Amino acid sequence: MKEDIIAPENLVYEKPSLMNDTPMHYCPGCSHGVVHKLVAEVIEEMGMQDKAVGVSPVGCSVFAYRYIDIDWSEAAHGRAPAVATGIKRCWPDRLVFTYQGDGDLACIGTAETIHALNRGENITIIFINNAIYGMTGGQMAPTTLLGQKTVTCPYGRTPELHGYPLKMTEIAATLQGTCYVTRQSVDTVAAIRSAKKAIRKAFEASMQGKGSSLVEITSTCNSGWKLSPVKANEWLREKMFEFYPKGDLKNTIDE
Amino acid sequence: MKGNEAIAHAAIRCGCDAYFGYPITPQSEVIETLAELKPWETTGMVVLQAESEVASINMVYGAAGAGKKVFTSSSSPGVALMQEGISYMAGAELPGVFINVQRGGPGLGTIQPSQSDYFQSTRGGGNGDYYVIVLAPSSVQEMADFMDLAFTLAFKYRMPAMILSDGVIGQMMEKVVLPPVKPRRTEEEIKKECPWATFGRTPDRKPNIITSLELQPEVMEIRNQKLLKKYELVKENEVRYETSQCEDADYLFVAFGSAARISEKAMELAREDGLKVGLFRPITLWPFPDKQLEALAKGKKGVLSVEINAGQMVEDVRLATHGTVPVEHFGRLGGIVPDPEEIVNSLKENIKSGRFNG
Amino acid sequence: MKKEIIISGFGGQGVLSMGKILAYSGLMEDKEVTWMPAYGPEQRGGTANVTVIVSDERISSPVLSKYDIAIVLNQPSLDKFESRVKPGGILIYEGNGIINPPTRTDIDIYRIDAMDKAAELKNTKVFNMIVLGGMLKVSPVVSENGVEKALFKTLPERHHKLIPLNMEAIKIGGDIMQKQ
Repeated sequence: MKEDIIAPENLVYEKPSLMNDTPMHYCPGCSHGVVHKLVAEVIEEMGMQDKAVGVSPVGCSVFAYRYIDIDWSEAAHGRAPAVATGIKRCWPDRLVFTYQGDGDLACIGTAETIHALNRGENITIIFINNAIYGMTGGQMAPTTLLGQKTVTCPYGRTPELHGYPLKMTEIAATLQGTCYVTRQSVDTVAAIRSAKKAIRKAFEASMQGKGSSLVEITSTCNSGWKLSPVKANEWLREKMFEFYPKGDLKNTIDE
Repeated sequence: MKGNEAIAHAAIRCGCDAYFGYPITPQSEVIETLAELKPWETTGMVVLQAESEVASINMVYGAAGAGKKVFTSSSSPGVALMQEGISYMAGAELPGVFINVQRGGPGLGTIQPSQSDYFQSTRGGGNGDYYVIVLAPSSVQEMADFMDLAFTLAFKYRMPAMILSDGVIGQMMEKVVLPPVKPRRTEEEIKKECPWATFGRTPDRKPNIITSLELQPEVMEIRNQKLLKKYELVKENEVRYETSQCEDADYLFVAFGSAARISEKAMELAREDGLKVGLFRPITLWPFPDKQLEALAKGKKGVLSVEINAGQMVEDVRLATHGTVPVEHFGRLGGIVPDPEEIVNSLKENIKSGRFNG
Repeated sequence: MKKEIIISGFGGQGVLSMGKILAYSGLMEDKEVTWMPAYGPEQRGGTANVTVIVSDERISSPVLSKYDIAIVLNQPSLDKFESRVKPGGILIYEGNGIINPPTRTDIDIYRIDAMDKAAELKNTKVFNMIVLGGMLKVSPVVSENGVEKALFKTLPERHHKLIPLNMEAIKIGGDIMQKQ
């Protein structure tokens, strides 16, 4: 249908062909959709459609497999890095990545995450950190900021009651098995471009057998945060970046 | 060689693609033997020590979902940890093999042999309506033979298959003839055998998705029913058992795994004492050979279920015979393996007390 | 022929490996064998025991309550297994460290001072082979030839030069058995 209304010579931007037409279940304003698009674009640009296997988590992106037309394995909560290890070890020439949220990666799957990264599995972990449990309805996440209100810390997170927010990406950077650890966001066009480059760099490193990569996308959850998408982006820049500063934490790819 | 070592040798020989595991007594020889044999240099089989049993089974999930012949092994507490992954594998219909070299529980329990995971093994084990095929070897030879059989059944029905062993069979050494060597399957063969597997979507097909999730109840119910249908098929086709001296017997011992070996000796001793005893050994614990047992037990004076637990299989024995014969249980606990004489004494006690017909 | 044997002692005395060589010897002679350890603490200095069955026919239970031969290498093992020798069976005990010697009269009892002999040979590692030699003297379950083959099979190649020494120990064991 789009062909009928868009003249090819006028086309300046297109949905990546790996993204299908299934309507997304994500809330308007959510970062997931943008990151999905970046993943699809990078796989397509690398020409890895036939070799890519994604591992989706439990959390909002549990249905990631519905939107990007590659093979997917849906993992149990937190176990995606172990599932990815199983696939990649058996199919070393495949592009294997996980797509996980903060609850999945930094809480219930901490052990699987750290050990897969520390073994230097040639996989990429894409880590969506929005400091809240989105799917189950806005509960406290391991990455919830101090003072941040959620339905399980309605008076704000305090160290005495809830402990401190966990910086998994900083931990990942200390592990010998990782080659590339970075923190990105998708709140501006420039940030989206940077995030895409990071995902590509990580995917390429995993195909070159250089070890594990972790790409954190510090994200918004406007529904969980109870903010409008615009306000959520402001809060992200104001509060999240302060505690989760953006940039490369480790890059040994070119060493 | 030891039962645990036989597993490792047999796995390599039957063309297995990968092993993921975590050490625990009394099954650590499985991963130790694999590490020593270095199959990655010969057949290309992957061997990886994971960070936990939870990780092991999820690595199996990933690799099995990608069409590979892959297995893990553990002992009771570790297998309890794996139940999450096994349930997911059942839900996602993945073929995979796992081995439980049982030790006593509950909790950390003991490292000594036990058969107290019978309930867990034969009732699915994790959450949801599902079963896994359970093979119970009673010799080192069967440890080796069941490896290939377990893979064959797992792939035939696209479901997890379990080898339920115990510390006796895992640790004992006896003569074993290793199975013939089968090469690992090529990519083309995997593609043909597992058109559902996730190892990269080629242009000729739609994306494959391995998942156990379905949020629409109506669709999920259909999925559940499909699983049940498959389980019915397994029940019809895959029941395995063995009998010994049942024809002229007045009494039956029913026992699996190491308890069956010990019961065989007890049967010899009882016959020396003039008691005509036969032995019925279920080889598949799920599906349980209920019809076969029912037929054999008809008219006997008593059936003694001999287990190294507090009385688990005895429930299936009672269900199978549904009140047509007296059924009692004998077992030792805590890691103590019953000796043949104790079993004979239990039989005599049941006769004397009138629980069994004289 | 079927012999049901228990070997018991402290961890580190070579109980399990003695059983293993016995089992492999049977295997070399094409017999049915089982080797069943009471596993776990044996690697950590506790008491260790292993049941070895060597038979011309199929073996049912690898776990037993009565034995044809008991080899006991310390007092706790003697206390535990003396009563479990079948009438007419054989009990072999290592003299060192036994305060209360066996008392049964319906079995054949042998004492072997293998520890002393091994010390005399300045090679405590052959202790268990001396004991095994003693047992084979009074009950030739397997032949010396079978034992030698088993040693070749079970020892890593770098230790094959020690096989003559081990075979010598087997012979010595036979010579120092003392009928009680």
